[in-house]
Amino acid sequence: MGRLRAPLAWLALVATIAVPLGVAAGSDYLAYRGPVYIVAGFAGILALACLLVQPLLVAGVMPGVPRRIGRRWHRWSGALLMAAVAVHVGGLWITSPPDMIDALTFGAPTAFSAFGVVAMWALVMAALLAVARRSPGLRPQVWRLAHGAAVAVAVAASVPHALLIEGTMGTLSKAALCVAVVAALVWVLARLKPWTGVIRSRSGPTGR
Amino acid sequence: MTQSRIDRRTFVATGAASLLTCATGLVSPLHAQGVAPTRSMRGGANNYRPGAPVVERIGGGGFVMSGTVRRAGDGAPLEGIRIQIWAHTTEGRERDPHSHGATLTNADGVFQLEMPQIVPAFGQPHGHLAYDSGAFKTVFLRPVMPSARDTSLQAHFVLEPA
Repeated sequence: MGRLRAPLAWLALVATIAVPLGVAAGSDYLAYRGPVYIVAGFAGILALACLLVQPLLVAGVMPGVPRRIGRRWHRWSGALLMAAVAVHVGGLWITSPPDMIDALTFGAPTAFSAFGVVAMWALVMAALLAVARRSPGLRPQVWRLAHGAAVAVAVAASVPHALLIEGTMGTLSKAALCVAVVAALVWVLARLKPWTGVIRSRSGPTGR
Repeated sequence: MTQSRIDRRTFVATGAASLLTCATGLVSPLHAQGVAPTRSMRGGANNYRPGAPVVERIGGGGFVMSGTVRRAGDGAPLEGIRIQIWAHTTEGRERDPHSHGATLTNADGVFQLEMPQIVPAFGQPHGHLAYDSGAFKTVFLRPVMPSARDTSLQAHFVLEPA
């Protein structure tokens, strides 16, 4: 079992992402959609997949990817995530501007629209923090909590956003990916404890 | 002893509550008699194209959109009312002109229009209907199909004079 652990972990991760992508690629609905709408939909799935990979990379829990390398990949994967969100929102805007205006102004009749917009702004927040990580006056302990909180909001909103949508994704594979996204975040937050050292103690900062 | 105190309290509370609901008009015999006008649904007007022609059916058909149009207040059926219908279907997107068509109600206030199968778009299998002819206040509806496999959908209008 010990020797199998690494390949099994990677196989599980790849399958959790590849199966929902494959099911969506085989959806009947694609035949009735234009190319822009199709790309926008798959960008959404890609963004959900990035949400799964991101915490695993930054915590260095994937076999063969130590934290030093994982953190570098985390930045690239984060950039990919933001690009996917931009393509998702932009593509849906081109497909149906009035529906996107409703969504972005929280006027849509569908709850998943509001969840999606909340998730988008939380991700923008997390990304802006990532860019401003080295800025003076921002203590690392505070930065870690803020970035972690923004990501937690993003995941908490992204999962109902995805689950409530009736689209190209298969119900089961979508639910499995969502469970994995939540589990990965909770596991990594419990491991990295971004809330430590936020409140300054007399004996000095305790964070890493 | 304790029993009688609760009884009195309940009696007073119930009396006060019924007085309050009648006085504020939340429950009114006047409103109970009238048929309330239909409110436009959120997102109902999205991708509307004013003036779509009255058609025999939209595209190849196979899916039935139907409903009724009545007058607010007395609920009388309205004849000759123009209802416009559009949706994302197997033959076109919501924005496409050929996805839009209109029909008229019969003497019983009933309308029915065949259209291509509705396909989920923007997260829900839904259709759009509009009354926008001027004599009554404009109403936009956006009914959602219970299942994407359904081959029919209904929507009902109660219109109030403009």
